[in-house]
Amino acid sequence: MAQTDTTEHVGLARVLGPAHVWALGVGIVLVGEYMGWNFAVGKGGAYAALMACWFAGILYTCVAMIDSEVTSTVAAAGGQYTQAKHIVGPLMAFNVGLYLVFAYTMLEAANAITVGFLVDTVATMSGHEGGLDQRPFIILSIMFLAWLNYRGVLATLTFNLVITAIAFTAIIILFLSTSGILGMGEMNHAALMSGQAAMPYGWLGVLAAMHFGLWYYLGIEGTTQAAEEVRSPARALPFGTLAGVMTLAIAATLTWYVCAGLMPWEYLGQSGVPLFDAARLSGSTFLMVLLGIGTLFATLASANGCINDASRAWFAMGRDKYLPGWFGAVHPKYRTPYRAIIFLVPIALIFALGAPLDQVITFSILSGLLEYTFMPLNIILFRRKWPLDTIKRGYEHPFHPLPAMVLLGLCGLAFFAVFLGYGTQLVAMIVFYIVVSLWFHFWRYRFVNRGAQFTMPWPKPRGY
Amino acid sequence: MARYTPPTQGKLGQIIDVIVLLIMAIGALYIPLWMGLAGSAVTSAAVENPTWESLGQNETMVAQWEKLGFADAASAAEMITARFDYSFSIGALLAMIVVIVGYYAILLRFSEKEYRDVIAEKFED
Repeated sequence: MAQTDTTEHVGLARVLGPAHVWALGVGIVLVGEYMGWNFAVGKGGAYAALMACWFAGILYTCVAMIDSEVTSTVAAAGGQYTQAKHIVGPLMAFNVGLYLVFAYTMLEAANAITVGFLVDTVATMSGHEGGLDQRPFIILSIMFLAWLNYRGVLATLTFNLVITAIAFTAIIILFLSTSGILGMGEMNHAALMSGQAAMPYGWLGVLAAMHFGLWYYLGIEGTTQAAEEVRSPARALPFGTLAGVMTLAIAATLTWYVCAGLMPWEYLGQSGVPLFDAARLSGSTFLMVLLGIGTLFATLASANGCINDASRAWFAMGRDKYLPGWFGAVHPKYRTPYRAIIFLVPIALIFALGAPLDQVITFSILSGLLEYTFMPLNIILFRRKWPLDTIKRGYEHPFHPLPAMVLLGLCGLAFFAVFLGYGTQLVAMIVFYIVVSLWFHFWRYRFVNRGAQFTMPWPKPRGY
Repeated sequence: MARYTPPTQGKLGQIIDVIVLLIMAIGALYIPLWMGLAGSAVTSAAVENPTWESLGQNETMVAQWEKLGFADAASAAEMITARFDYSFSIGALLAMIVVIVGYYAILLRFSEKEYRDVIAEKFED
């Protein structure tokens, strides 16, 4: 552990541009179109899932606007954790850091589960009987991506850029091929959504669907984790994040349109790989192979980005001694937070190998939701402590405090949506955060330097 | 204000802290699973000798089920009849609201106390 002192002075490498930021954000999230979003159909029906998609789109637009303003000013690894540390206080920062780590590590685990499921599905379709053991594929995908992250951020995110672009293109091609724009249309929305299939749970189902509606976009806020590694944070971060939200809103709507027009809602709401199933239903071998590859690439891109983001948050907390300082080391050659990357591998494996997919997704969503609830508080305090004329922002979001209020309201709705069906996890998770907060405040915080953790060259906040 | 000098944490202390954190995290996530409390109450109605009609499926739906590999109504019945139970008590809802609001109240209160020390030390000159 003595090595910490000799390695932590090496900084992370500033090598990324706006395209990498876009790839990091969209790469993490695009998998949400390939799996997981469709559980919203199961919770409320197809129309409910579409409404949830758009409400979640509004929620994430608020997230992106708020995040872009703060991040264009707080350009440091750790993203929202570092924001919270400078704006709200250490205990909030510790909690936000854990939200980030758990949201991304659970998402990584969900991706690995999907890789295993996809391989098993393809093997069954190829004539293999009895099912495959999915565990080797789960372990292999996590280990490979962790190794890639260990070796360097530029290669990692360039890899993400390429496979994310392919996965996004696959959705566009599927839409063009099945919607009637190219060739014969195969959509049956009217027949598949008639009668009780339209709104099987009524308006309560629309609310409930918000739970998995977040999955269309969950993780886009991870772009801020690259703040210390982009060449021009004030320009690249807002541009990459906002372009990412727009990309995802388009992809989410296309995905819903294709899947809801091809599958009965009862199947769609429980499918493990809905876009791949949509391609199967098209009867085109080309589309099936393309969407199979798209699903694989989307899951790998997402897991890759998750490892990147979770390790940055863990690293940043280690560097500040919020966690043992040993984690705050940077690799002397590859300039990556290698100890944090390695440490999080077995944690992802524990959940990928031991928990069902919808539970893992719910854990991830809950951590994300707690983080989004922090954001309105963060921006309100940021504007109050440092009004616009005191710090130069790379981006100033409009209509403040309206986005913060809308975000807070939508978070309240989403909490209720999670409560409808997954209330036990919600309470268990918050009890965990309460206990861990007491642990931090009364024990762990003694190891933290007080003034030194405030690293931004800002004036003294107003009111202090 | 006197500058705070944190104690140096030994190797064993660092390891224990990480283990404590991991136990709490894994416990919070796995205990509901182990106790069978996790997940929604999804129930499937038992239907004897189901037909596509009795399951409320029209011709288009049936065609898609068959393309998906469900040769008859019986094989899809469990999936089609699965429903979430959204009934809840006002007491449980209020308890959830209190837990969430209480959690953020604790966070903001303790954070503010710590933050004042940070700012005082940082800008003391």
